[in-house]
Amino acid sequence: MITLTVNGKRHELDVEDDAPLLWVLRDELGLTGTKFGCGIGQCGACTVQIDGQPVRSCAFPAGAVQGQITTIEGLSQDLKHPVQQAWLLEDVPQCGYCQSGQIMAAAAFLRDNPNPTDADIDANISNICRCGTYPRLKKAIHRAAALAKGA
Amino acid sequence: MDGSQNVADKTALSRRGLIFAGLSAAGGLAIGVPMKALANVQPAVLAEGTNPAKEMTAFLVIDPDNSVTIRVPHAEMGQGTSTALAMLVAEELECDWSKVRIEYASATRNALAGGKLYGEMQTVGSRGVRTSVAMMQQAGASARERLRLAAAQQWNVAPADCSVASGQCLHRASNRTADFGALAAAAALVKLDVEPPIRKPDAYKFVGKWTPRLDTAAKIDGSAQFGLDAKVPGMVYAAVYSAPVFGGTLKSVDESGLKDVRGVLGVVKMKDAVAVVADRYWRAKKGLDALRIEWDGGANASVDSEQLARQYRDALDGPMATAEKTGDVQAAFAAPGAKLVEAVYEVPFLAHGAMEPLNCTVDIRPDRADVWISTQAPMAVLGIVAKETGVAPENIRVHNGFLGGGFGRRGGAHDELVHALAVAKAVDKPVKLIWSREQDIRRDRYRPQAAVKFKAALDGTGKATAFQTRVAVPSLLREIAPPEAIASGVEPMAVECLARSFYTFPSRDVGVLLKNSHVPVSFWRGVGSSQNGFFIESFVDEMAHAAGQDPYKFRRAMLDRPDVLGVLDAMAEKGDWGKPLPKGRGRGMAVIEAYGSVSGQVVEVSVSNAGELKVDRVVCVLDCYHVVNPNTVHQQMEGAVIMGLTAALWGEITIKDGAPEQANFDTYQIARMADAPAKIEVHLNLSGGDKWGGVGEPGLGPLAPALANAIFAATGKRIRKLPLKNADLSWA
Repeated sequence: MITLTVNGKRHELDVEDDAPLLWVLRDELGLTGTKFGCGIGQCGACTVQIDGQPVRSCAFPAGAVQGQITTIEGLSQDLKHPVQQAWLLEDVPQCGYCQSGQIMAAAAFLRDNPNPTDADIDANISNICRCGTYPRLKKAIHRAAALAKGA
Repeated sequence: MDGSQNVADKTALSRRGLIFAGLSAAGGLAIGVPMKALANVQPAVLAEGTNPAKEMTAFLVIDPDNSVTIRVPHAEMGQGTSTALAMLVAEELECDWSKVRIEYASATRNALAGGKLYGEMQTVGSRGVRTSVAMMQQAGASARERLRLAAAQQWNVAPADCSVASGQCLHRASNRTADFGALAAAAALVKLDVEPPIRKPDAYKFVGKWTPRLDTAAKIDGSAQFGLDAKVPGMVYAAVYSAPVFGGTLKSVDESGLKDVRGVLGVVKMKDAVAVVADRYWRAKKGLDALRIEWDGGANASVDSEQLARQYRDALDGPMATAEKTGDVQAAFAAPGAKLVEAVYEVPFLAHGAMEPLNCTVDIRPDRADVWISTQAPMAVLGIVAKETGVAPENIRVHNGFLGGGFGRRGGAHDELVHALAVAKAVDKPVKLIWSREQDIRRDRYRPQAAVKFKAALDGTGKATAFQTRVAVPSLLREIAPPEAIASGVEPMAVECLARSFYTFPSRDVGVLLKNSHVPVSFWRGVGSSQNGFFIESFVDEMAHAAGQDPYKFRRAMLDRPDVLGVLDAMAEKGDWGKPLPKGRGRGMAVIEAYGSVSGQVVEVSVSNAGELKVDRVVCVLDCYHVVNPNTVHQQMEGAVIMGLTAALWGEITIKDGAPEQANFDTYQIARMADAPAKIEVHLNLSGGDKWGGVGEPGLGPLAPALANAIFAATGKRIRKLPLKNADLSWA
């Protein structure tokens, strides 16, 4: 049995310690907004936050989680988070599959880097988008930074 | 009917309610979120579209609350077609755009109508909009007329005195209005004697305007449903590996490792694959990794990339079929004073690497089959399921979700579906089967490896007099078309951008050899244009330099089509062509015609002395003649640049001992944020007229040649083989 706190809710789960967090979120808790992309922590489609830090959940054992998990479903109620607002304004997604991970990574990044430069973004956001939304992603991250400051 | 329509409607409506509540509570509008973006937030639902009782037509349903559900016959895989098709309906319907939502048209219903209701329903060849423009507009126009006639009947006035605007019918003289929602039931009974005419592009009021996508909000809160998100009560999970060598077979499986894996239900052995079934996916995958599998590599177990590359190069001097022949190239080559330019170019196999690995969920019963799959071709899925299960097509439901990328991989050769059906047959339960990333890359059907040899002649003034092309490339039609389709030895994809080029070469000769190997190939975004664009536009650059001419002016002198000239001139102007750059920086251009559009790019690079390459700027110019939604067309160009860059810099699947060597994103590199060009600019240079061009693919082909030509300008090094990671770009 393991205990996970996800989006503010506590769950007792009968799963193995080495079960990847991604699949526990998706298949045990039905939180399918977090996506499977590579299984080896390379692409970031599975990015969630643990105590605000970005974690690639496909390669993270559920039994090793210490802290509060936030998934895309728990980022905000009704798209209120500045990152989601910025994503709407820039109309970022194409296929959309990687975007939950992109958003979770960007939200965590902006908490520690409220005034990022392009170089900061390049150095810290490494999630793969096969559709190539990077130009809009970058614009949206800057815009989210501005929105968070009430601009 | 089965009620899925109603469930979908309720979900969408409650979603909208939530969003508006949140909006007012958050004061979202105060920070400038466009109203439209929020109002249009509905995921494409997995509806069956089989409830004629409440629909206006097979293309749209108007509910009493004025919401309009538009059924789109093409898949949404990121290219924005679903928003564009809905815009075309709304253009004619004059409905309230904030109340529009989209769902997929039913493949089953289309099959019952002999494929005549929604057409091919294939989302390939950049054809989504251009093949459905008239159909979608007509659906909107027809519904609008029926609503107007229903209003006239209800008010007992002349139809000519009734007009339509913003989701209402109006009778000005009596100042009466009625919402579409209130008229829809009556309008559904109105029959038109003749179909109303549809608007010409110059009369569009909505089409052509920059419009937020209908699917954005669902894609940023985790609610968008992809194939991978399907859930069926009682389903089990399967993980699968195929033989590492294409054409190899399963020899033996040692299952002893499974005893330590919880939840495993069984092992399913197929001719060339093995699957483990468990109560959870991660347990199935763990079980799969615990198997000791022996494969028989068969006849191809010693083939490698070196051998294949040599075979393709060697073939360039052998017999070929003729794809195009005009004038006498040999005479031009032999003419006194002719300057000959020759070069051989090569590209490797490429994997699609869509972010959503192939996966499929099936629920097969004796009298009904349900399939959840991300597909570009639901009709093909229907066909495969009918063939494999014996269930009649009218009893098969294809539940298509959003596609986590397609790029051609989901165009009909659904290997994952075949696996899922085999497993379902063995376990007699609903099954969700997921390909690991390794399986997805190693069992892809790749963009073909290809080699080409060019020979051109220039006269004393530097004008091209002859252009000869000899290309060796695998056939894409071999597995999907009847043999007569390629009986001539030529297929269109092999010579895209090579045969019938827009350049006015006085003599030309294009030869092709459809040369296959044991490595499976398929359609990859841009198809032939993606590699042939690199070939021809790099070589034209070589010709310009051999002629001692500026590559822009050299191209210009060989063009007579206004659309291509328009794009080329816009490229030069927007791309600052001719403006001096410091040493170590360079600018290159390329222009192609693909999928009915003319697409050109100017690329600016910096190359350090050590050979480190940086792409500083890409200027895209596209003439697709007409545009529905500039927003999504820009997205497609931006995305094509990045995908083209990935292919040019790193893309290659190499073969060793008959098997692909790359397996995941650590070995098959994809561009990330830091690799993206600092600037990508998009300019639409629209000629109008009767033609509509495609958008999803034309942006890809120009990137590699414009990049390679820019590298030549910066370093003097000519790139004739991709990917660039294998090239030494250092210079002194």
